[in-house]
Amino acid sequence: MKLMNDRTLLIIFAAFVLAAPLIFAPTGAAYPDLLQRFAIYGIFAIGFNILFGLTGYLSFGHAAFLGVGSYASVWMFKLLTMNIIPALILAVVMAGLFSLIIGYVSLRRSGIYFSILTLAFAQMSYNLAYSVLTPLTNGETGLQLRLDDPRYLDGASVEGTLPSTNLFGLEMKEVFWNPNILGYDLQFNYGYYVCAVLLIASFYIAMRIFRSPFGLMLRAVKTNQNRLRYTGINTRPYTLTAFVISGMFAGLAGGLLATMDPLAGAERMQWTVGGEVVLMVVLGGMGTLIGPILGAVFIKYFENIFSKINEGVLHSWFAIMPEWLDNTLVAIVSPFVGKGWHLTLGALFMIVVIFLPGGLVDGAKRIGGWITGANRRKAKAEAE
Amino acid sequence: MDAILLQLLNGLDKGSAYALIALGLTLIFGTLGVVNFAHGALFMIGAFIAVSFSKLMEISKITIDPDKVDFLGNPAKIKTPYVIEWFGNFGHWLVEWSVPVSVLLAIPIMILIGIIMERGLIKHFYNRPHADQILVTFGLAIVLQETIKLFFGANPIPQSSPDLLKGSVDFGVLVGFAENTIIYPLWRLVYFCFSAVLIASVFAFLRFTTFGMVVRAGMEDRETVGLLGINIDRRFTIMFGVAAAVAGTAGVMYTPINPPNYHMGMDFLVLSFVVVVVGGMGSLRGAIAAGFLLGIMESFASMPLIKDAIAAIGLPSIDQIIIYLVAVVVLLVRPRGLMGKAGVMEE
Amino acid sequence: MSKLIMNRRGLLKSGAAVGAGVALPTIFTASSAAAYTNEPTGGAVTLGFNVPQTGPYADEGADELRAYMLAVKHLNGEGDGGMMNTFSSKALQGNGILGKKVEYVTGDTQTKSDAARASAQSMIQKDGAVMITGGSSSGVAIAVQGLCQEAGIIFMAGLTHSNDTTGKDKKANGFRHFFNGYMSGAALAPVLADMYGTDRAAYHLTADYTWGWTQQESIQAATEAKGWSTVANVLTPLTATDFSSYVAPVLNSGADVLVLNHYGGNMVNSLTSAVQFGLRDKMVNGKNFEIVVPLYSRLMARGAGENVKGIFGSTNWHWSLQDEGSKAFVKSFGEEYGFPPSQAAHTTYCQTLLYADACERAGTFNPCGVGEALEGFDFDGLGNGPTHYRAEDHQCFKDVLVVRGKENPTSEFDLLEVVQVTPRAQVEYAVDHPMFAGGALGACNPGS
Repeated sequence: MKLMNDRTLLIIFAAFVLAAPLIFAPTGAAYPDLLQRFAIYGIFAIGFNILFGLTGYLSFGHAAFLGVGSYASVWMFKLLTMNIIPALILAVVMAGLFSLIIGYVSLRRSGIYFSILTLAFAQMSYNLAYSVLTPLTNGETGLQLRLDDPRYLDGASVEGTLPSTNLFGLEMKEVFWNPNILGYDLQFNYGYYVCAVLLIASFYIAMRIFRSPFGLMLRAVKTNQNRLRYTGINTRPYTLTAFVISGMFAGLAGGLLATMDPLAGAERMQWTVGGEVVLMVVLGGMGTLIGPILGAVFIKYFENIFSKINEGVLHSWFAIMPEWLDNTLVAIVSPFVGKGWHLTLGALFMIVVIFLPGGLVDGAKRIGGWITGANRRKAKAEAE
Repeated sequence: MDAILLQLLNGLDKGSAYALIALGLTLIFGTLGVVNFAHGALFMIGAFIAVSFSKLMEISKITIDPDKVDFLGNPAKIKTPYVIEWFGNFGHWLVEWSVPVSVLLAIPIMILIGIIMERGLIKHFYNRPHADQILVTFGLAIVLQETIKLFFGANPIPQSSPDLLKGSVDFGVLVGFAENTIIYPLWRLVYFCFSAVLIASVFAFLRFTTFGMVVRAGMEDRETVGLLGINIDRRFTIMFGVAAAVAGTAGVMYTPINPPNYHMGMDFLVLSFVVVVVGGMGSLRGAIAAGFLLGIMESFASMPLIKDAIAAIGLPSIDQIIIYLVAVVVLLVRPRGLMGKAGVMEE
Repeated sequence: MSKLIMNRRGLLKSGAAVGAGVALPTIFTASSAAAYTNEPTGGAVTLGFNVPQTGPYADEGADELRAYMLAVKHLNGEGDGGMMNTFSSKALQGNGILGKKVEYVTGDTQTKSDAARASAQSMIQKDGAVMITGGSSSGVAIAVQGLCQEAGIIFMAGLTHSNDTTGKDKKANGFRHFFNGYMSGAALAPVLADMYGTDRAAYHLTADYTWGWTQQESIQAATEAKGWSTVANVLTPLTATDFSSYVAPVLNSGADVLVLNHYGGNMVNSLTSAVQFGLRDKMVNGKNFEIVVPLYSRLMARGAGENVKGIFGSTNWHWSLQDEGSKAFVKSFGEEYGFPPSQAAHTTYCQTLLYADACERAGTFNPCGVGEALEGFDFDGLGNGPTHYRAEDHQCFKDVLVVRGKENPTSEFDLLEVVQVTPRAQVEYAVDHPMFAGGALGACNPGS
């Protein structure tokens, strides 16, 4: 049973993404920085899903490509121009090269051996970037723009101020429309729409890959690699291509992070970031088109919104209650928000994985099925 | 020469901690086929059993001393631990030896935690993909460590070893070197001996008892053993408890070496996975060997002599990446780590 | 689009106009009509407290947050007023800032530059914070400082000790009250020379990242000026948890002092290892072997337990100081929370008061006006004696404490004793000192 065809899905998705500053307003997430992060980590997760969701190869090392992309773009901003196009191109190219090398070596092994190899490469990159490679990466502090950067293609900037990243003059951080709709103060900025367009494009590319013979081959690798080998097919070129494609997506995401906020830190290469994208994909629904994006939004929402709920905020929520009830409720809730947001996230991981094996997409389908009664019909059909 | 011997000793000592954690991980993986990302958290919980026990020993009767004042100028409170008040010398002894005593306490507690974890959660994940197992145990690890943080805070909490085992020994003098060449802390030597005994007893248990024999048979071919009418699942559950106890006691004994904090499990997690994989999935001996190999390599890489030599040929210092470097080399030379079995977790 | 960049004088004039109660001449940009980012328009002003709430520095972050909440209370005229009563500037009246009630938002830096910047961004974009403050590591402080510069927000740094924060990474919108690696060295070296003699050979273990390098450089230069020699400087990986393999060779190296350029968890573990190896019981070169921890934090010293006894270090402030400001702060903090404040709490409390006071004196929240008011500001009564906010690099100059781990602590908070209050003149340095060279303050940015 197919709910909708690809074109409808794409159109609905695009509409949703473009209207996100409005849609997310009631959730408190509709400010440019977080929306951009949603889109950027969405791209990262989409790319990762092409490797992990289709071939089943679990890489813990994609953080390295994210970091490489970021460093590459910041260097572009420092040396060449604040226009984002060259920066993004270099980010994708460098990440592609990096993933070609790491993928070529790591794909000689499979299963957990592959996972540990990718983890090892990413951790090496992280450790080196943090300390030894400081001239290139500015170590602990992160690579930043400086007033005395050459920026050969750009003209002189205003004395004493750093120029902004821009797309042919449209500044990324500029809010071009600031309406008040339904009591929400909305902010529409150029940066988010750059991310949004690229997210939609990434989604489209992923969709084409999923439906292509190449995608079919990748699924075959996941199902039974040995059988493919016995039929005389060399699977390495296919898996390597998938690896490089996903690495380039990661590089694009890293480049976009640097574009929205021109700083590249070594933490972006740490295994926890690589692990986070695994969580996003599995949480959202591995091997599905929309799942990874849902997972990315879910995790980033927690990180940025839940961590900011302090006791003062809680007291204001429960202000209408009597004081003793207010205090009790705050005492109960506060370990799970603010400084306890990790705890809630961990518990939610468990709940989702235990009860929704297919991730959030699975949950959505179940709810949809429950509403339309599809499950009952199916059960009935099976019973007959 | 003496410098090399010193680092060898240090490597064995470091390796013993890696080997103990990897041993537990491999036991769980080998028996139940589950990738347990919460294993580091078990190590951490063990450490906090020691912390709780010593806190328990420190619960004090508070008396007001009118002669002294605290920082706000109020009369100072003098604390006397109840155990000392009640038991006198034995109380003093208990406070001083709280870490070794906690080991005895940790064994039953950890076995219980292990069994609850297996029956309550892991059991439902036998037939789920490894990715799901990783995610759910990772979630569990976060929940466990954040719960500990809620009660104990984020700062490390120092634990001291008994006075008898404090300080260091001049190991060099014993083997014929000059004084002060090979000095080693006593408690670290204790830790090394402790882990050697623990590893040996796990192996002996598997090798020489009927229970162990059945478990080993079950690791080879679970189905056939089940067909023989043996309740292999129950034994595997107990093995999970044993693995948890190994991790937990390793954690207890580690507390005087480095003050425990709530995220120490995560610090060890990645490392222990690298150890297990370098050793080869499913191989107990491989895990032990890899633990010691990586410990020794790490020690050698941090020698100033070697750091200088590497800097001289223009390469960055490798001591921060040595573990991963060794992992890459081993995995590229030997497809399944040191002693891995074919077909295990290769899909 | 083109952004109108006003020069500083012009903005100050308009800032003054606000103070006089006249409507501000607005600069019209495409999107907003405010004169500067997040100009408070209602009856309240929002400050952003960005501290580590998860990860290894969470306890330090929690203490900073306590101090911030205390400062907000005092600013709004609640509580006993704390150091507001002893502060030499009397511009603050306990009615908020410029008559606006002080509100705050909190965020979690996770001690990661990325997360810290995301959190600060949300405070700026979503909550309308007009000032960001906090942090417990230099990497994060520098990253957030850079962000605030671009966004047009004042950044009042929390606990950050790297020379770079007000050295090569200094920014016009960023201000640091805390001391730095150079000051640690300058304060510590004379005391060490007095206590341990001038012909010592030091072995440095240094955390392998920017903060570690700058501190090591500072300490080495300061001690060598006193006649010490440096045997070796070994860099330890940031991710190291067990320092035994780095400590083991020290005894045979010919050194008779070990300097641990580590902070936080690294410091706790390396110090514990060093004491375990029995270094302090040994005689080398006919002298007793000594260990030095240049940057102390009482919270972290607690993690090292009895290993800190007798070990020298430096700190920005300690609760046992007996001046009026410190006493007032310890009293109001202690009565609120039941234990004495840490140096992290002290510096963040001071930063909040200093910011509020600067706003009052400038008569505006405009970052350029506030910056102007802070630059070159001389004050007293905040626990560190007469203090000067230098205009050229936005670094505070004040006395530095040399402390030693107490042999007989009377309580769990009484871990350090102040050995010497090093006078400010001794830790001052020129703006163009080579350890701080390579950066430029730039112009203040009020945003749009």
